[in-house]
Amino acid sequence: MHMPVIKSVIRLNDLDIHFVDEVIKTGSEVFGEDVPKTIMACMQCGRCSGSCPSGRRTAFRTRTIFREVMIGFREKVLSSDELWYCTTCYTCQERCPRGVKTTEIIRILRNIAAKEGYMAKSHKMAAGYVFKTGHAVAINEEIQNVREELGLSRLPPTTHSHPEALAKLQDILRRTHFDELVGFDWETMELKEV
Amino acid sequence: MEEKIYACFLGCVIPNRYPGIELSTVKMLRELGVESVDMPGAGCCPAPGVFGSFDLKTWLALAARNICIAEELGCDIMTMCNGCYGSLQEADHLLKGDPLLKDKVNEILAPEMEYKGTINVKHQVEIFTDDIGIERIKEAITVPLDGLRVGVHYGCHFLKPSAVRGHGKAERPGMVDALVEVTGAKSVEYKDKMMCCGFGGGVRTRDLEVALDITREKITNMLDAGVDCTVNPCASCHLQFDRGQVEIGDIFGDVFNLPVLYYSQLLGLAMGYNPRELGMHKQNISTDPVLEKLEGLK
Repeated sequence: MHMPVIKSVIRLNDLDIHFVDEVIKTGSEVFGEDVPKTIMACMQCGRCSGSCPSGRRTAFRTRTIFREVMIGFREKVLSSDELWYCTTCYTCQERCPRGVKTTEIIRILRNIAAKEGYMAKSHKMAAGYVFKTGHAVAINEEIQNVREELGLSRLPPTTHSHPEALAKLQDILRRTHFDELVGFDWETMELKEV
Repeated sequence: MEEKIYACFLGCVIPNRYPGIELSTVKMLRELGVESVDMPGAGCCPAPGVFGSFDLKTWLALAARNICIAEELGCDIMTMCNGCYGSLQEADHLLKGDPLLKDKVNEILAPEMEYKGTINVKHQVEIFTDDIGIERIKEAITVPLDGLRVGVHYGCHFLKPSAVRGHGKAERPGMVDALVEVTGAKSVEYKDKMMCCGFGGGVRTRDLEVALDITREKITNMLDAGVDCTVNPCASCHLQFDRGQVEIGDIFGDVFNLPVLYYSQLLGLAMGYNPRELGMHKQNISTDPVLEKLEGLK
Protein backbone atom coordinates (compact mmCIF):
# COMPACT_ATOMS: atom_id res chain seq x y z
CA MET A 1 0.00 0.00 0.00
CA HIS A 2 1.31 3.44 -0.93
CA MET A 3 1.39 6.09 1.72
CA PRO A 4 0.43 9.50 0.38
CA VAL A 5 3.26 12.01 0.40
CA ILE A 6 2.33 14.92 2.61
CA LYS A 7 3.60 18.05 0.85
CA SER A 8 2.38 20.64 3.28
CA VAL A 9 0.28 20.79 6.39
CA ILE A 10 -2.24 23.54 6.90
CA ARG A 11 -2.85 24.19 10.55
CA LEU A 12 -6.20 25.71 11.32
CA ASN A 13 -4.54 27.92 13.92
CA ASP A 14 -2.47 29.52 11.18
CA LEU A 15 -5.53 30.58 9.23
CA ASP A 16 -7.48 33.77 9.68
CA ILE A 17 -11.00 32.70 8.84
CA HIS A 18 -12.19 36.29 9.24
CA PHE A 19 -9.88 37.57 6.51
CA VAL A 20 -12.63 37.63 3.90
CA ASP A 21 -14.78 39.72 6.26
CA GLU A 22 -11.87 42.13 6.71
CA VAL A 23 -11.58 42.42 2.90
CA ILE A 24 -15.29 43.14 2.55
CA LYS A 25 -15.24 45.67 5.38
CA THR A 26 -12.18 47.50 4.02
CA GLY A 27 -13.60 47.61 0.50
CA SER A 28 -16.99 48.81 1.73
CA GLU A 29 -15.48 52.07 2.95
CA VAL A 30 -15.04 53.34 -0.59
CA PHE A 31 -16.97 51.02 -2.91
CA GLY A 32 -19.92 50.20 -0.65
CA GLU A 33 -20.58 46.63 0.45
CA ASP A 34 -21.96 45.38 -2.86
CA VAL A 35 -18.62 45.49 -4.67
CA PRO A 36 -16.30 43.60 -2.28
CA LYS A 37 -19.07 41.17 -1.25
CA THR A 38 -19.05 39.72 -4.77
CA ILE A 39 -16.01 37.66 -3.72
CA MET A 40 -18.46 35.32 -1.97
CA ALA A 41 -19.83 34.36 -5.40
CA CYS A 42 -16.47 33.07 -6.70
CA MET A 43 -16.85 29.47 -7.88
CA GLN A 44 -13.18 28.96 -8.76
CA CYS A 45 -13.80 28.54 -12.49
CA GLY A 46 -10.53 30.27 -13.40
CA ARG A 47 -11.73 32.49 -16.21
CA CYS A 48 -9.94 35.33 -14.43
CA SER A 49 -6.59 33.57 -14.54
CA GLY A 50 -7.22 32.47 -18.12
CA SER A 51 -7.82 36.10 -19.16
CA CYS A 52 -4.87 37.59 -17.31
CA PRO A 53 -2.00 39.16 -19.31
CA SER A 54 0.29 39.06 -16.25
CA GLY A 55 -0.67 35.48 -15.47
CA ARG A 56 0.71 34.49 -18.88
CA ARG A 57 4.23 35.32 -17.76
CA THR A 58 4.26 35.26 -13.95
CA ALA A 59 3.01 33.05 -11.13
CA PHE A 60 0.12 35.47 -10.49
CA ARG A 61 -3.13 33.49 -10.38
CA THR A 62 -6.19 35.56 -9.55
CA ARG A 63 -8.23 32.45 -8.87
CA THR A 64 -5.66 31.15 -6.38
CA ILE A 65 -5.54 34.45 -4.53
CA PHE A 66 -9.33 34.50 -4.20
CA ARG A 67 -9.39 30.93 -2.89
CA GLU A 68 -6.68 31.78 -0.38
CA VAL A 69 -8.65 34.82 0.78
CA MET A 70 -11.73 32.66 1.33
CA ILE A 71 -9.78 30.02 3.25
CA GLY A 72 -7.97 32.62 5.34
CA PHE A 73 -4.35 32.62 4.19
CA ARG A 74 -4.05 36.23 5.25
CA GLU A 75 -0.31 36.47 5.66
CA LYS A 76 0.46 34.50 2.50
CA VAL A 77 -1.80 36.66 0.32
CA LEU A 78 -0.70 39.99 1.77
CA SER A 79 3.01 39.24 1.61
CA SER A 80 2.99 37.79 -1.91
CA ASP A 81 4.75 39.48 -4.81
CA GLU A 82 2.09 38.07 -7.13
CA LEU A 83 -0.55 40.38 -5.70
CA TRP A 84 1.32 43.27 -7.34
CA TYR A 85 1.53 41.80 -10.86
CA CYS A 86 -2.05 42.82 -11.70
CA THR A 87 -2.02 45.71 -14.20
CA THR A 88 -5.65 46.50 -13.32
CA CYS A 89 -6.65 45.86 -16.94
CA TYR A 90 -10.11 44.69 -15.79
CA THR A 91 -10.30 41.88 -18.37
CA CYS A 92 -11.06 39.33 -15.63
CA GLN A 93 -13.67 41.54 -14.01
CA GLU A 94 -15.42 42.06 -17.36
CA ARG A 95 -15.46 38.33 -18.06
CA CYS A 96 -16.26 36.88 -14.63
CA PRO A 97 -19.40 34.75 -15.07
CA ARG A 98 -20.32 35.31 -11.42
CA GLY A 99 -19.98 39.08 -11.46
CA VAL A 100 -17.07 39.10 -9.01
CA LYS A 101 -15.47 42.56 -8.99
CA THR A 102 -12.07 40.95 -9.24
CA THR A 103 -9.92 43.97 -10.05
CA GLU A 104 -11.49 46.09 -7.31
CA ILE A 105 -10.90 43.26 -4.84
CA ILE A 106 -7.25 43.09 -5.88
CA ARG A 107 -6.98 46.82 -5.17
CA ILE A 108 -8.62 46.31 -1.77
CA LEU A 109 -6.19 43.49 -0.94
CA ARG A 110 -3.30 45.75 -1.91
CA ASN A 111 -4.64 48.48 0.40
CA ILE A 112 -4.53 46.01 3.28
CA ALA A 113 -1.09 44.79 2.23
CA ALA A 114 0.22 48.37 2.11
CA LYS A 115 -1.09 48.99 5.62
CA GLU A 116 0.68 45.83 6.78
CA GLY A 117 3.96 47.21 5.48
CA TYR A 118 4.19 45.41 2.14
CA MET A 119 4.44 48.52 -0.04
CA ALA A 120 7.46 48.24 -2.34
CA LYS A 121 10.21 50.83 -2.10
CA SER A 122 9.74 51.72 -5.76
CA HIS A 123 6.07 52.43 -5.07
CA LYS A 124 6.93 54.56 -2.05
CA MET A 125 9.32 56.54 -4.22
CA ALA A 126 6.63 57.14 -6.86
CA ALA A 127 4.30 58.30 -4.10
CA GLY A 128 7.09 60.53 -2.79
CA TYR A 129 6.98 62.59 -5.99
CA VAL A 130 3.32 63.39 -5.35
CA PHE A 131 4.21 64.64 -1.86
CA LYS A 132 6.97 66.83 -3.29
CA THR A 133 5.46 68.06 -6.55
CA GLY A 134 1.79 67.00 -6.79
CA HIS A 135 2.78 64.78 -9.73
CA ALA A 136 3.73 61.09 -9.77
CA VAL A 137 5.80 61.92 -12.86
CA ALA A 138 7.38 65.32 -12.34
CA ILE A 139 8.82 67.80 -14.84
CA ASN A 140 12.54 67.91 -15.61
CA GLU A 141 14.89 70.31 -17.37
CA GLU A 142 14.80 68.42 -20.67
CA ILE A 143 11.01 68.48 -20.94
CA GLN A 144 10.88 72.13 -19.90
CA ASN A 145 13.04 72.84 -22.93
CA VAL A 146 10.80 70.70 -25.15
CA ARG A 147 7.72 72.53 -23.89
CA GLU A 148 9.31 75.87 -24.67
CA GLU A 149 10.34 74.72 -28.13
CA LEU A 150 6.76 73.60 -28.81
CA GLY A 151 5.44 76.99 -27.77
CA LEU A 152 4.07 75.85 -24.41
CA SER A 153 4.81 77.36 -21.01
CA ARG A 154 8.03 75.94 -19.49
CA LEU A 155 6.06 74.79 -16.47
CA PRO A 156 2.56 73.40 -16.97
CA PRO A 157 -0.34 75.21 -15.24
CA THR A 158 -0.53 72.44 -12.64
CA THR A 159 0.80 72.21 -9.08
CA HIS A 160 4.17 72.86 -10.74
CA SER A 161 3.07 76.50 -11.22
CA HIS A 162 0.79 76.78 -8.19
CA PRO A 163 2.50 76.30 -4.80
CA GLU A 164 -0.72 77.19 -2.97
CA ALA A 165 -2.49 74.29 -4.71
CA LEU A 166 0.41 71.98 -3.86
CA ALA A 167 0.07 72.99 -0.19
CA LYS A 168 -3.61 72.06 -0.26
CA LEU A 169 -2.77 68.72 -1.86
CA GLN A 170 -0.14 68.07 0.82
CA ASP A 171 -2.70 68.93 3.46
CA ILE A 172 -4.96 66.18 2.07
CA LEU A 173 -2.08 63.68 2.27
CA ARG A 174 -1.65 64.55 5.96
CA ARG A 175 -5.36 64.27 6.71
CA THR A 176 -5.68 60.82 5.17
CA HIS A 177 -2.45 59.75 6.96
CA PHE A 178 -0.94 58.85 3.63
CA ASP A 179 2.34 60.30 4.94
CA GLU A 180 2.44 57.64 7.65
CA LEU A 181 1.57 54.87 5.19
CA VAL A 182 4.34 55.84 2.78
CA GLY A 183 6.81 56.96 5.44
CA PHE A 184 7.22 60.51 4.19
CA ASP A 185 9.23 62.95 6.27
CA TRP A 186 7.89 66.51 6.00
CA GLU A 187 11.08 68.01 7.41
CA THR A 188 13.46 66.55 4.89
CA MET A 189 10.73 66.25 2.21
CA GLU A 190 12.05 62.77 1.51
CA LEU A 191 11.06 59.22 2.39
CA LYS A 192 12.19 58.22 5.85
CA GLU A 193 14.09 55.09 4.85
CA VAL A 194 15.66 55.29 1.40
CA MET B 1 -22.99 71.91 -32.42
CA GLU B 2 -23.52 73.59 -29.07
CA GLU B 3 -20.54 75.71 -28.03
CA LYS B 4 -18.68 73.83 -25.39
CA ILE B 5 -15.66 74.72 -23.30
CA TYR B 6 -13.81 71.99 -21.43
CA ALA B 7 -11.51 72.11 -18.44
CA CYS B 8 -8.32 70.58 -19.80
CA PHE B 9 -6.94 68.04 -17.33
CA LEU B 10 -3.25 67.38 -18.02
CA GLY B 11 -2.24 64.85 -15.36
CA CYS B 12 1.46 63.94 -15.21
CA VAL B 13 2.68 62.05 -18.28
CA ILE B 14 1.28 64.58 -20.76
CA PRO B 15 2.78 67.87 -19.52
CA ASN B 16 5.89 66.32 -17.98
CA ARG B 17 6.89 63.72 -20.61
CA TYR B 18 4.81 64.06 -23.83
CA PRO B 19 3.77 67.70 -24.26
CA GLY B 20 3.11 66.92 -27.95
CA ILE B 21 -0.07 65.18 -26.81
CA GLU B 22 -1.32 68.34 -25.10
CA LEU B 23 -0.29 70.49 -28.04
CA SER B 24 -1.88 68.33 -30.74
CA THR B 25 -5.11 67.60 -28.86
CA VAL B 26 -5.83 71.22 -27.98
CA LYS B 27 -5.00 72.31 -31.56
CA MET B 28 -7.19 69.71 -33.28
CA LEU B 29 -10.13 70.24 -30.95
CA ARG B 30 -9.92 74.00 -31.41
CA GLU B 31 -9.87 73.63 -35.17
CA LEU B 32 -12.99 71.47 -34.86
CA GLY B 33 -14.78 74.01 -32.66
CA VAL B 34 -14.10 72.76 -29.14
CA GLU B 35 -12.31 75.10 -26.76
CA SER B 36 -10.54 74.19 -23.55
CA VAL B 37 -9.21 76.13 -20.56
CA ASP B 38 -6.40 75.37 -18.12
CA MET B 39 -7.12 73.81 -14.72
CA PRO B 40 -4.85 75.89 -12.45
CA GLY B 41 -3.23 73.82 -9.72
CA ALA B 42 -4.44 70.41 -10.90
CA GLY B 43 -2.08 67.55 -10.08
CA CYS B 44 -1.76 63.81 -10.43
CA CYS B 45 -5.17 62.27 -11.16
CA PRO B 46 -3.91 60.11 -9.13
CA ALA B 47 -3.25 56.89 -11.06
CA PRO B 48 -6.18 54.58 -10.26
CA GLY B 49 -4.28 51.30 -10.23
CA VAL B 50 -1.27 52.75 -8.43
CA PHE B 51 -2.60 55.15 -5.78
CA GLY B 52 -5.88 53.21 -5.71
CA SER B 53 -3.80 50.19 -4.79
CA PHE B 54 -1.98 52.00 -1.98
CA ASP B 55 -4.90 53.73 -0.31
CA LEU B 56 -8.31 54.13 -1.89
CA LYS B 57 -9.31 56.97 0.45
CA THR B 58 -6.29 59.08 -0.45
CA TRP B 59 -6.80 58.28 -4.12
CA LEU B 60 -10.43 59.41 -3.92
CA ALA B 61 -9.68 62.63 -2.03
CA LEU B 62 -6.96 63.67 -4.49
CA ALA B 63 -9.20 62.88 -7.45
CA ALA B 64 -12.02 64.89 -5.86
CA ARG B 65 -9.64 67.85 -5.41
CA ASN B 66 -8.99 67.83 -9.16
CA ILE B 67 -12.71 67.63 -9.95
CA CYS B 68 -13.35 70.59 -7.62
CA ILE B 69 -11.03 72.77 -9.72
CA ALA B 70 -13.18 72.09 -12.79
CA GLU B 71 -16.37 72.65 -10.80
CA GLU B 72 -15.06 76.11 -9.90
CA LEU B 73 -14.55 76.76 -13.61
CA GLY B 74 -18.03 75.44 -14.35
CA CYS B 75 -16.72 73.15 -17.08
CA ASP B 76 -16.80 69.43 -17.79
CA ILE B 77 -13.36 67.84 -17.68
CA MET B 78 -11.53 66.70 -20.79
CA THR B 79 -8.93 63.96 -20.28
CA MET B 80 -6.24 62.72 -22.67
CA CYS B 81 -5.03 59.70 -20.72
CA ASN B 82 -7.02 56.58 -19.84
CA GLY B 83 -5.48 56.64 -16.38
CA CYS B 84 -6.64 60.21 -15.71
CA TYR B 85 -10.02 59.46 -17.23
CA GLY B 86 -10.38 56.24 -15.26
CA SER B 87 -9.41 57.90 -12.03
CA LEU B 88 -11.55 61.03 -12.29
CA GLN B 89 -14.54 59.31 -13.90
CA GLU B 90 -14.55 56.54 -11.29
CA ALA B 91 -14.16 59.00 -8.42
CA ASP B 92 -16.99 61.14 -9.82
CA HIS B 93 -19.16 58.03 -10.24
CA LEU B 94 -18.54 56.86 -6.67
CA LEU B 95 -19.12 60.31 -5.15
CA LYS B 96 -22.31 60.97 -7.13
CA GLY B 97 -23.68 57.59 -6.08
CA ASP B 98 -22.92 57.72 -2.35
CA PRO B 99 -23.84 60.84 -0.34
CA LEU B 100 -22.14 59.51 2.80
CA LEU B 101 -18.91 58.94 0.93
CA LYS B 102 -19.20 62.44 -0.50
CA ASP B 103 -19.54 63.86 3.02
CA LYS B 104 -16.46 61.97 4.17
CA VAL B 105 -14.41 63.26 1.25
CA ASN B 106 -15.66 66.81 1.77
CA GLU B 107 -14.50 66.66 5.40
CA ILE B 108 -11.01 66.01 4.06
CA LEU B 109 -11.28 68.80 1.46
CA ALA B 110 -12.80 71.40 3.82
CA PRO B 111 -12.79 74.28 4.33
CA GLU B 112 -11.26 75.58 1.08
CA MET B 113 -12.86 73.06 -1.25
CA GLU B 114 -16.10 71.17 -1.61
CA TYR B 115 -16.98 68.46 -4.09
CA LYS B 116 -20.50 69.16 -5.35
CA GLY B 117 -21.01 66.78 -8.25
CA THR B 118 -21.89 69.43 -10.80
CA ILE B 119 -19.75 68.42 -13.77
CA ASN B 120 -18.93 65.37 -15.88
CA VAL B 121 -15.62 63.76 -16.80
CA LYS B 122 -15.00 63.05 -20.49
CA HIS B 123 -12.35 61.26 -22.48
CA GLN B 124 -11.15 63.04 -25.63
CA VAL B 125 -12.42 60.07 -27.69
CA GLU B 126 -15.93 60.89 -26.46
CA ILE B 127 -15.44 64.53 -27.39
CA PHE B 128 -14.25 63.68 -30.91
CA THR B 129 -17.00 61.09 -31.35
CA ASP B 130 -20.04 62.62 -29.62
CA ASP B 131 -19.47 66.40 -29.50
CA ILE B 132 -17.78 66.85 -32.87
CA GLY B 133 -18.86 63.73 -34.72
CA ILE B 134 -17.26 61.63 -37.43
CA GLU B 135 -18.94 63.59 -40.24
CA ARG B 136 -17.50 66.89 -39.12
CA ILE B 137 -14.03 65.40 -38.72
CA LYS B 138 -14.34 63.95 -42.22
CA GLU B 139 -14.96 67.42 -43.64
CA ALA B 140 -11.76 68.66 -41.98
CA ILE B 141 -9.51 66.00 -43.54
CA THR B 142 -7.30 67.66 -46.17
CA VAL B 143 -4.52 65.07 -46.50
CA PRO B 144 -6.17 61.63 -46.34
CA LEU B 145 -3.85 58.96 -44.93
CA ASP B 146 -5.01 56.38 -47.48
CA GLY B 147 -2.90 53.24 -47.38
CA LEU B 148 -1.50 53.72 -43.88
CA ARG B 149 -1.91 50.57 -41.79
CA VAL B 150 -2.58 51.30 -38.13
CA GLY B 151 -2.59 49.02 -35.11
CA VAL B 152 -5.16 50.64 -32.83
CA HIS B 153 -4.48 50.27 -29.12
CA TYR B 154 -7.45 51.29 -26.95
CA GLY B 155 -5.89 50.81 -23.54
CA CYS B 156 -7.92 49.45 -20.66
CA HIS B 157 -9.35 52.23 -18.53
CA PHE B 158 -11.16 54.12 -21.26
CA LEU B 159 -13.67 51.26 -21.56
CA LYS B 160 -13.30 49.23 -18.37
CA PRO B 161 -14.89 48.62 -15.95
CA SER B 162 -17.73 48.89 -18.49
CA ALA B 163 -20.43 49.02 -15.81
CA VAL B 164 -18.89 52.27 -14.53
CA ARG B 165 -17.67 53.79 -17.82
CA GLY B 166 -20.86 53.18 -19.77
CA HIS B 167 -19.38 52.88 -23.28
CA GLY B 168 -20.79 49.39 -23.87
CA LYS B 169 -19.00 46.05 -23.90
CA ALA B 170 -15.23 46.28 -23.96
CA GLU B 171 -14.36 43.15 -25.94
CA ARG B 172 -14.94 44.53 -29.46
CA PRO B 173 -15.31 48.31 -29.36
CA GLY B 174 -15.28 50.47 -32.48
CA MET B 175 -14.99 54.10 -31.39
CA VAL B 176 -11.25 54.59 -31.84
CA ASP B 177 -11.17 52.46 -35.01
CA ALA B 178 -13.81 54.74 -36.52
CA LEU B 179 -11.83 57.85 -35.55
CA VAL B 180 -8.70 56.35 -37.12
CA GLU B 181 -10.45 55.25 -40.32
CA VAL B 182 -12.04 58.65 -40.93
CA THR B 183 -8.49 59.89 -41.58
CA GLY B 184 -8.23 57.42 -44.47
CA ALA B 185 -5.90 55.07 -42.58
CA LYS B 186 -6.85 51.43 -42.10
CA SER B 187 -7.33 49.97 -38.63
CA VAL B 188 -5.73 46.54 -38.96
CA GLU B 189 -7.01 43.59 -36.93
CA TYR B 190 -4.33 41.86 -34.85
CA LYS B 191 -4.05 39.19 -32.19
CA ASP B 192 -5.11 40.18 -28.68
CA LYS B 193 -5.93 43.71 -29.77
CA MET B 194 -7.69 44.48 -26.49
CA MET B 195 -4.79 43.35 -24.33
CA CYS B 196 -3.25 45.77 -21.84
CA CYS B 197 -0.03 47.67 -22.71
CA GLY B 198 1.56 46.64 -19.40
CA PHE B 199 1.83 50.12 -17.85
CA GLY B 200 -0.93 49.98 -15.26
CA GLY B 201 -1.51 48.88 -11.71
CA GLY B 202 1.94 49.97 -10.59
CA VAL B 203 3.52 47.08 -12.50
CA ARG B 204 5.69 49.40 -14.58
CA THR B 205 7.06 51.00 -11.42
CA ARG B 206 7.51 47.84 -9.37
CA ASP B 207 8.28 45.13 -11.97
CA LEU B 208 9.43 46.82 -15.17
CA GLU B 209 10.38 43.56 -16.91
CA VAL B 210 6.89 42.10 -16.45
CA ALA B 211 5.33 45.30 -17.79
CA LEU B 212 7.68 45.39 -20.79
CA ASP B 213 7.14 41.73 -21.58
CA ILE B 214 3.44 42.50 -22.03
CA THR B 215 4.31 45.51 -24.22
CA ARG B 216 6.67 43.36 -26.28
CA GLU B 217 3.91 40.79 -26.91
CA LYS B 218 1.53 43.49 -28.10
CA ILE B 219 4.08 45.09 -30.41
CA THR B 220 4.98 41.69 -31.88
CA ASN B 221 1.30 40.95 -32.55
CA MET B 222 0.88 44.30 -34.30
CA LEU B 223 3.98 43.86 -36.44
CA ASP B 224 2.87 40.34 -37.38
CA ALA B 225 -0.27 41.95 -38.82
CA GLY B 226 1.85 44.34 -40.91
CA VAL B 227 1.12 47.69 -39.29
CA ASP B 228 3.05 50.87 -40.10
CA CYS B 229 2.45 52.39 -36.67
CA THR B 230 0.38 52.06 -33.53
CA VAL B 231 -2.15 54.72 -32.53
CA ASN B 232 -3.53 55.20 -29.02
CA PRO B 233 -5.83 57.56 -27.13
CA CYS B 234 -3.91 57.30 -23.84
CA ALA B 235 -0.77 59.09 -22.65
CA SER B 236 0.24 56.26 -20.33
CA CYS B 237 -0.04 53.60 -23.04
CA HIS B 238 1.77 56.05 -25.33
CA LEU B 239 4.70 56.25 -22.91
CA GLN B 240 4.70 52.49 -22.44
CA PHE B 241 4.95 51.87 -26.20
CA ASP B 242 7.36 54.71 -27.02
CA ARG B 243 9.70 54.87 -24.03
CA GLY B 244 9.04 51.15 -23.52
CA GLN B 245 10.63 50.23 -26.84
CA VAL B 246 13.91 51.80 -25.70
CA GLU B 247 13.71 49.83 -22.44
CA ILE B 248 12.78 46.61 -24.30
CA GLY B 249 15.92 47.11 -26.39
CA ASP B 250 18.04 47.55 -23.26
CA ILE B 251 16.54 44.65 -21.32
CA PHE B 252 15.52 42.06 -23.93
CA GLY B 253 17.56 43.19 -26.94
CA ASP B 254 14.58 43.46 -29.32
CA VAL B 255 14.62 46.41 -31.69
CA PHE B 256 11.16 47.07 -33.18
CA ASN B 257 11.21 50.76 -34.16
CA LEU B 258 7.41 50.79 -34.34
CA PRO B 259 6.27 54.44 -34.56
CA VAL B 260 3.84 55.41 -31.79
CA LEU B 261 1.26 58.11 -32.53
CA TYR B 262 -1.26 59.63 -30.20
CA TYR B 263 -4.67 59.92 -31.85
CA SER B 264 -4.62 63.70 -32.24
CA GLN B 265 -1.19 63.44 -33.89
CA LEU B 266 -2.58 61.06 -36.52
CA LEU B 267 -5.58 63.33 -37.01
CA GLY B 268 -3.26 66.34 -37.22
CA LEU B 269 -1.35 64.77 -40.11
CA ALA B 270 -4.64 64.17 -41.92
CA MET B 271 -5.67 67.76 -41.26
CA GLY B 272 -2.52 68.99 -42.97
CA TYR B 273 -0.32 69.77 -40.00
CA ASN B 274 3.44 69.42 -40.03
CA PRO B 275 4.67 66.60 -37.71
CA ARG B 276 6.77 69.17 -35.82
CA GLU B 277 3.64 71.18 -35.04
CA LEU B 278 2.29 68.02 -33.40
CA GLY B 279 5.40 67.35 -31.29
CA MET B 280 6.07 64.12 -33.16
CA HIS B 281 9.81 64.80 -33.32
CA LYS B 282 10.05 64.84 -29.52
CA GLN B 283 9.51 61.15 -28.92
CA ASN B 284 11.92 58.25 -28.36
CA ILE B 285 10.99 56.20 -31.42
CA SER B 286 11.21 58.03 -34.72
CA THR B 287 7.90 58.59 -36.48
CA ASP B 288 9.69 59.24 -39.80
CA PRO B 289 8.78 55.80 -41.26
CA VAL B 290 5.11 56.88 -41.15
CA LEU B 291 5.87 60.06 -43.04
CA GLU B 292 8.01 58.18 -45.57
CA LYS B 293 5.26 55.62 -46.11
CA LEU B 294 2.71 58.40 -46.66
CA GLU B 295 5.10 60.16 -49.03
CA GLY B 296 5.58 56.94 -50.98
CA LEU B 297 1.83 56.41 -51.28
CA LYS B 298 1.21 59.79 -52.88
